[in-house]
Formats: sequence, C-alpha cells, structure tokens
Amino acid sequence: MSEKQTTAIRMESALGRVRGLGSAKQGTHHWWMQRVTSMALLPLTLWFVLSVATLAGKSHEATLAWIAHPLNATLLLASIGLSFHHAAAGLQVVIEDYVRGEMPRMFSILAVKAACWLFGLLSAIAVLKIAL
Amino acid sequence: MATFTLPKNSTIGTGQTYKAEPGAKNVKSFKIYRFDPDTGENPRYDTYEIDLDKCGPMVLDALIKIKNEVDTTLTFRRSCREGICGSCAMNIDGMNTLACLKPIEDVQKKDVRITPLPHMPVVKDLVPDLSHIYAQLRSIEPWLKSDTPPPPDEERRQSKDERAKLDGLWECILCFCCSTSCPSYWWNGDRYLGPAVLLQAYRWIADSRDEYTGQRLDNLEDPFRLYRCHTIMNCAATCPKGLNPAQAIGKIKQMMVERQG
Ligand code: SF4
Ligand code: SF4
Ligand code: FES
Repeated sequence: MSEKQTTAIRMESALGRVRGLGSAKQGTHHWWMQRVTSMALLPLTLWFVLSVATLAGKSHEATLAWIAHPLNATLLLASIGLSFHHAAAGLQVVIEDYVRGEMPRMFSILAVKAACWLFGLLSAIAVLKIAL
Repeated sequence: MATFTLPKNSTIGTGQTYKAEPGAKNVKSFKIYRFDPDTGENPRYDTYEIDLDKCGPMVLDALIKIKNEVDTTLTFRRSCREGICGSCAMNIDGMNTLACLKPIEDVQKKDVRITPLPHMPVVKDLVPDLSHIYAQLRSIEPWLKSDTPPPPDEERRQSKDERAKLDGLWECILCFCCSTSCPSYWWNGDRYLGPAVLLQAYRWIADSRDEYTGQRLDNLEDPFRLYRCHTIMNCAATCPKGLNPAQAIGKIKQMMVERQG
C-alpha cells in the first residue's frame, strides 16, 4: 500500500477493504490473448528473421518486390498486428505491477496503447503502400 | 512505484549479543530481528549464542530456549511444534519456512538469521500482522456452499476420483510462507489475493460437493485478484508442506478460459 493511501483515517473493516469494489469480471481475455499471440509470434518471428537474413545484400528493388509479394505482405501485416498487440498487453501488465495510483496507472496504460496502435498503423501502412 | 529499499524507520540496526555460557563446545549464533512498536526505535538484530548440545534439533527449539532461558522479551508465534498449525512461519536463513520443521543443522552459515515473514506489517519481533490476509481468505468463502440438502442421516458423498482432486490442496496449513515469498504479493498485496488464498479458493472450486463454482470463479476474475500471478514459482519453492500453489492458480486460469468458449 502506498503512503498516500494510508494517511487518511480508515475505520473500514479489513473484509470491507478486501471486497472493495468487487471483481472486475475480466482479465481472462487479456491473459489468454497474451499466450495466443506469443504462440503465433514464434513461427512468424522465425520466418521474419530468416527472410531478413536472406534479403541481406539484395538490392532496394529486390527488397521492395519481396515485400510486395502477397504472401510476404500478408505475413508481415500479421506479424505487425500481433507484435504490437503482444507488446501493448505485456507493457500493460508491467504497468499494473509497478505503477501506483489509479490515475497514473490508467494514464500510462492508455499512453502505451496509443503508442502501440499508432506505430502498428504506421508499419502496416508502410507495408500496404509498397504492396498495393 | 514499488519500493525497492527499506524506508528510514525500517532499516535494521545492530543490537545486543548474548554470549554462550563459558565451556559450551557446540555453539551456534542466532541473529534475530527485534522490533518493539512501543519504543519508537528502529528494528535491530540481536545475537544469541546457543549451546546446541543443550538444545533440541529444530530452530523453534532454539527460539523457545532463548525465550525461556536468555531473553523473555523475544516474541514469536508457535503452537503445535510439529508443522500442523502454521503459526511459527518466519524467514530463516533467507527462506520462508516453519521454525518447528527447520533443522538447525540445515543452516550452513555461521549465523542463523531469522526475520519475520517478508513484506508484512510487524506487530512485534517475529510476529507479522495477518489481519489483511485473513480478510482475503474470508473473502473467498473457504467453506462448502451447496443448495442441495445433504441426504438425511448421511454425509455428502464423493467418489474416490472426486476426492483425489483435493490432494495437494487440503494439506495446506495456511502458514502464508508462500504469499509472503511472492513478489507480486509484495507489490500488490492490497488487491492481489496471493498464492495461499488462491490455493484455498481452488480447493473449494475443485470440490465436487460444492455447487458455487461459477460464482467463485466470478469473484476471482479480476486483473488484480487473480491475474497478478506471473508464474514466478517462489510459492512452490518455499512451501514447507511441499504444495504447489502456482499449479492451483494455473488450473483456475484454465477454467476461466474453458468457460468462455
Ligand atoms: S507463481 Fe504466482 S503466486 Fe506463486 S510466487 Fe509466482 S506470482 Fe506468486
Ligand atoms: S500453500 Fe504451503 S506455504 Fe502456502 S499457506 Fe499453504 S502450507 Fe503454507
Ligand atoms: S508450531 Fe505449529 S507449525 Fe510450527
């Protein structure tokens, strides 16, 4: 408990405090999606690393052509979506673990989500621009 | 932020040393955390030299000897002295365990360092304040809840297979060694229920005679109450009864996913 929370005089019973506002009745989807995205990212990341390795030393045109190939573009978009989803979910957990106070916590989580959305969109549009 | 250093009024000073009687051959020193809220002083370590030839084999034997023969002000909880009541839980040589089950000879170091269960408010010396964790236990309603009345003049029956599901759960003695070893419980213990309470919750979820499984799961489905567990496994490593709360928590999470689709 933080200092701030304990300075106010509280005569609420321990059980009342523990029951608090009740359960949020959520968290399962978030937790499960973290597992699912990490599983999906295993083969995708392997594919991405191998592809980048084979592209090393190739010309700019050859690289653009590789990205524009429908299969590669699809897998790239999938990797981008899953990576940013996974990053946002993971960072949210870190923030919930370590950031105290409702407002700072909510603000940090929203900021992280916004950043992940924007960078995700930016990456996706870059791929689409080359591919379409 | 989570705090990584002790606040000023919690830093531990050095206290007195109580020497062993002259002529004692088999001496071991016990470095014990002392804190008295009435004095307003910081906590300190007092050192007690004990002649192991005149002491029982367990750490609790040494604590009782100190209290009886050396320093009556030393304060700790104990009752059964055989690992069944859970009251003598404390941190011995860096590990949460029961003083009555911990052999002194297991501690290789020169000093046997003893502190209260970590990250709990201290009432006095080795006695932590358990009122919050008891309230958390009560919040999961650790008793059988059923709408079907029991058969007349008979107990509620369970098959052998159903009963077997409670193995590894019923043995828990609520010593809270596990919860107080869990970093997630340290940082967020105000809302995270912690391994001991979640293992108890699962003990009733897994009980075939209980008819409130869904409601029990509803009450746990929460980013803080349940999902602060990140499978760090400190709980299983420290449990003096050899139980695995992390596994019970994993099963709760599995049921949460199961009922969604
Ligand atoms: S497995 Fe979960 S409950 Fe056990 S110590 Fe780790 S975080 Fe805590
Ligand atoms: S699970 Fe083990 S460590 Fe945790 S309260 Fe029960 S007996 Fe103690
Ligand atoms: S005194 Fe009962 S468990 Fe140690």
